[in-house]
Amino acid sequence: MQFMLLFSRQGKLRLQKWYVPLSDKEKKKITRELVQTVLARKPKMCSFLEWRDLKIVYKRYASLYFCCAIEDQDNELITLEIIHRYVELLDKYFGSVCELDIIFNFEKAYFILDEFLLGGEVQETSKKNVLKAIEQADLLQENSPSIVLNYCR
Amino acid sequence: MAKSGSSGTGGRGKGHSKSKEAEIKRINKELANIRSKFKGDKALDGYSKKKYVCKLLFIFLLGHDIDFGHMEAVNLLSSNKYTEKQIGYLFISVLVNSNSELIRLINNAIKNDLASRNPTFMCLALHCIANVGSREMGEAFAADIPRILVAGDSMDSVKQSAALCLLRLYKASPDLVPMGEWTARVVHLLNDQHMGVVTAAVSLITCLCKKNPDDFKTCISLAVSRLSRIVSSASTDLQDYTYYFVPAPWLSVKLLRLLQCYPPPEDAAVKGRLVECLETVLNKAQEPPKSKKVQHSNAKNAILFETISLIIHYDSEPNLLVRACNQLGQFLQHRETNLRYLALESMCTLASSEFSHEAVKTHIDTVINALKTERDVSVRQRAADLLYAMCDRSNAKQIVSEMLRYLETADYAIREEIVLKVAILAEKYAVDYSWYVDTILNLIRIAGDYVSEEVWYRVLQIVTNRDDVQGYAAKTVFEALQAPACHENMVKVGGYILGEFGNLIAGDPRSSPPVQFSLLHSKFHLCSVATRALLLSTYIKFINLFPETKATIQGVLRAGSQLRNADVELQQRAVEYLTLSSVASTDVLATVLEEMPPFPERESSILAKLKRKKGPGAGSALDDGRRDPSSNDINGGVEPTPSTVSTPSPSADLLGLRAAPPPAAPPASSGAGNLLVDVFSDGPAAQPSLGPTPEEAFLSELEPPAPESPMALLADPAPAADPGPEDIGPPIPEADELLNKFVCKNNGVLFENQLLQIGVKSEFRQNLGRMYLFYGNKTSVQFQNFSPTVVHPGDLQTHILPLAVQTKRVAAQVDGGAQVQQVLNIECLRDFLTPPLLSVRFRYGGAPQSLTLKLPVTINKFFQPTEMAAQDFFQRWKQLSLPQQEAQKIFKANHPMDAEVTKAKLLGFGSALLDNVDPNPENFVGAGIIQTKALQVGCLLRLEPNAQAQMYRLTLRTSKEPVSRHLCELLAQQF
Repeated sequence: MQFMLLFSRQGKLRLQKWYVPLSDKEKKKITRELVQTVLARKPKMCSFLEWRDLKIVYKRYASLYFCCAIEDQDNELITLEIIHRYVELLDKYFGSVCELDIIFNFEKAYFILDEFLLGGEVQETSKKNVLKAIEQADLLQENSPSIVLNYCR
Repeated sequence: MAKSGSSGTGGRGKGHSKSKEAEIKRINKELANIRSKFKGDKALDGYSKKKYVCKLLFIFLLGHDIDFGHMEAVNLLSSNKYTEKQIGYLFISVLVNSNSELIRLINNAIKNDLASRNPTFMCLALHCIANVGSREMGEAFAADIPRILVAGDSMDSVKQSAALCLLRLYKASPDLVPMGEWTARVVHLLNDQHMGVVTAAVSLITCLCKKNPDDFKTCISLAVSRLSRIVSSASTDLQDYTYYFVPAPWLSVKLLRLLQCYPPPEDAAVKGRLVECLETVLNKAQEPPKSKKVQHSNAKNAILFETISLIIHYDSEPNLLVRACNQLGQFLQHRETNLRYLALESMCTLASSEFSHEAVKTHIDTVINALKTERDVSVRQRAADLLYAMCDRSNAKQIVSEMLRYLETADYAIREEIVLKVAILAEKYAVDYSWYVDTILNLIRIAGDYVSEEVWYRVLQIVTNRDDVQGYAAKTVFEALQAPACHENMVKVGGYILGEFGNLIAGDPRSSPPVQFSLLHSKFHLCSVATRALLLSTYIKFINLFPETKATIQGVLRAGSQLRNADVELQQRAVEYLTLSSVASTDVLATVLEEMPPFPERESSILAKLKRKKGPGAGSALDDGRRDPSSNDINGGVEPTPSTVSTPSPSADLLGLRAAPPPAAPPASSGAGNLLVDVFSDGPAAQPSLGPTPEEAFLSELEPPAPESPMALLADPAPAADPGPEDIGPPIPEADELLNKFVCKNNGVLFENQLLQIGVKSEFRQNLGRMYLFYGNKTSVQFQNFSPTVVHPGDLQTHILPLAVQTKRVAAQVDGGAQVQQVLNIECLRDFLTPPLLSVRFRYGGAPQSLTLKLPVTINKFFQPTEMAAQDFFQRWKQLSLPQQEAQKIFKANHPMDAEVTKAKLLGFGSALLDNVDPNPENFVGAGIIQTKALQVGCLLRLEPNAQAQMYRLTLRTSKEPVSRHLCELLAQQF
């Protein structure tokens, strides 16, 4: 997998993970182009599309689009299930996850993703094992209030 | 957990941002606050540091730039509190900075964590390396990680992370990862007890074995036995590794991928076991699903498709290939769009196997139906690909006719490709050539705009070479030309064929010579210069073929509109042909205008073009800039006509189109030898004194603007209702890049997105230009309130408009799939630096859309090339020796340094190229005059390539300082 993007129906990027080295400018360009392309597609359309020399696999969950770019020889259907397993992991961790969870606990969303996928490849598919790793980390967390992100104060 | 703590307060913060501006203001305030905390005298405790670093990350992820905090994040790495370390690593992973001082510190922290023997810390460090994956990290850790990976005492989770971390480093810098004793032990991880370790290890092995297949060969039997155990296990055996009743789908897919790196196993026992696995997977596909959930079927089918890929890869088991094909056949009618898409795609590769080609063909009706009825264009595209792949002599007629039918409604983005495919199939599988001729003429009729020159040259070539089809071709084009509106490509083909073989149908009074002539001539005035030039050649051929038309044709040639045509090429042809027809005897005429000899057979250039289009980088958005640099698009500006292709395109030079016409204007005595060549060139070949004559010479259709011409008077005739410059949004970020593509060419696709395509054709002469903009609606929905506006910001200080642009309004509605055209007349009044803006607004499905682009009108378009001798050049060069008259740039080559391409670009830029001026033959020297209404600016240029350093030095000298600088900037971006 070359990268994974999560964005909202309004086109707001919520999470980005790049497994290939690209400049910031390029990342922004790709994101803009893909968000536009995917949002323009109708609901019943196929979840796969050719884009440049990559294959895009995407799926919408509630207000969020999960979009992965894979290489020519990669398997589209298993990538769809990578997305689904990631959603399940988020759901289990947050307890019926919503877009706001990912916005305001973005660090957790990243940590879970790192346990599941590393370097663009599936690292651990067992839900139990992934969540165990995250929960262990949470136990290590000293009993301090969690990070407050309201930068408006 | 974390949820309760932060989402509430954070959510409020976000909600307060009423507008983008308010958000930016708030963020700037917060950034200032964090900066002051970091800079403050009071040392921050770990918790606060973590808090602020986390806030910075949050702000970055909202899309704002962050340029500080790296040091604080690095400090967090050495914290012994897990969450602080974790946030530090996350910041580094997301916002890595190549600051060498920091990299040293980061690497140091990673080193400590890797040595800590604390698995959680080790994993964090490994994740960070895998996320950053830079060369510096590779240099620091590539040697240590294999050791961690195979160490007996490493925890499973550490092994998993180490395997994928190594994979990432290997992909980034393979030279840094040393192979060695550990490789054998990595292969044995396939036997590991822990499924997660196997899952991670397979990915690593798949990547490593591609470079060193022999070193990893033992993985085949291990992978087969692992796969066999999974495939034969019951759906609950693997506990948490079972996914919706499918045992270990990710691992299975990866193992099947790994096996595709090798040929079929040599060991018979291993092979037998593998075939058994593959059969089991195919059998399971027929079993009723264990769950109705889509996850179940996806996981199951992911394995099935990967199995089919392996079967196709082996291409040695006819039985399995046919079973695979039947399975895909079932999917072709599945209600899941995804499965239909994948089945079409996978069948495409099956079609090329001799064992399954026939089996694939049995699904032709389903595939044709998909082409007609699928609602998703990406699925239709797959169906078209499959039809192309399954085509052979037995079904070619059916497939070609279906593709032709599809073409009538096909999406813009794929029309050109379909045209090429149809043309190739028609030629490849033609049993009788009349069918081939019909097919190509149908292509022109249905999608004339998308029929490239390769396609219509090819039909001329084939007709010329096969005398059994010539009469039919003449009859058919004659009939096609009867249509009240026919595409210009049809006129070209018709003109050429009737000029060669019109005599074959002349016996029929309905197509007698005068009828043929008047039919062709009725199209003449609507055609571009290139086509008119071709028709003039047809006329002189008619004089030879049909002496009875001589008087009429001479009358046409003699008319003022020909003999004094503003276009030099047309004028020259008219004069020469008229004289030739008057002075040459019948015998001489017959020799000069003899039928074209057959062309030698060569590989079809259409095939080459399709390959080019399918090549890497040729994405779905087919913009000219990305095509093969040697193709003629890059120097559209120099191309005298569509047919004089600057690169040797087989069919183009076969037609003798590259021969140069006689150098100067028309002496009748220029001799038959010269004329023979010229007669068949259907456009002015590169003739230095003529300068660039763009593809379609629009301007020549205009009378030269008289003083009272509205063009010269109206500075900005945009209606008052149109938005003024202040209402026009800023150009899109890519506007400059798009503009750059047009500096050296005049025609091409200016912009394309999901909704809209904007094409440009333009021509410039002296200080005048005419531009055609083509707006194509790519959707199936009507655009409403469609209004393209052109404004020129002008010079802000003087308020003098340097360009007068006159536009015509276009229809406010653009139907789905339709294209509208807008004509712009441009006059350059004085030199200018900024191009005009094109703002396009419309409503699509109720939503307003707007888009601002830079119009490809740059000062160099008004260049007139000037030839001069070396002596004159040096004299003028010296005259322009004031420092401000010179602009110079030294820059790295962005494209391969090819002298021919460079030459083409410089000609496209508009200057004349002067040979034998620069003592170094590698260098390029050019001269030209920029024509504006107010003044003329003489320009000299010199480009010195340095192939060794891959650098150029570009020097411009002009009589006007800003012009030197501007031209230098424009041109420097082209190499």
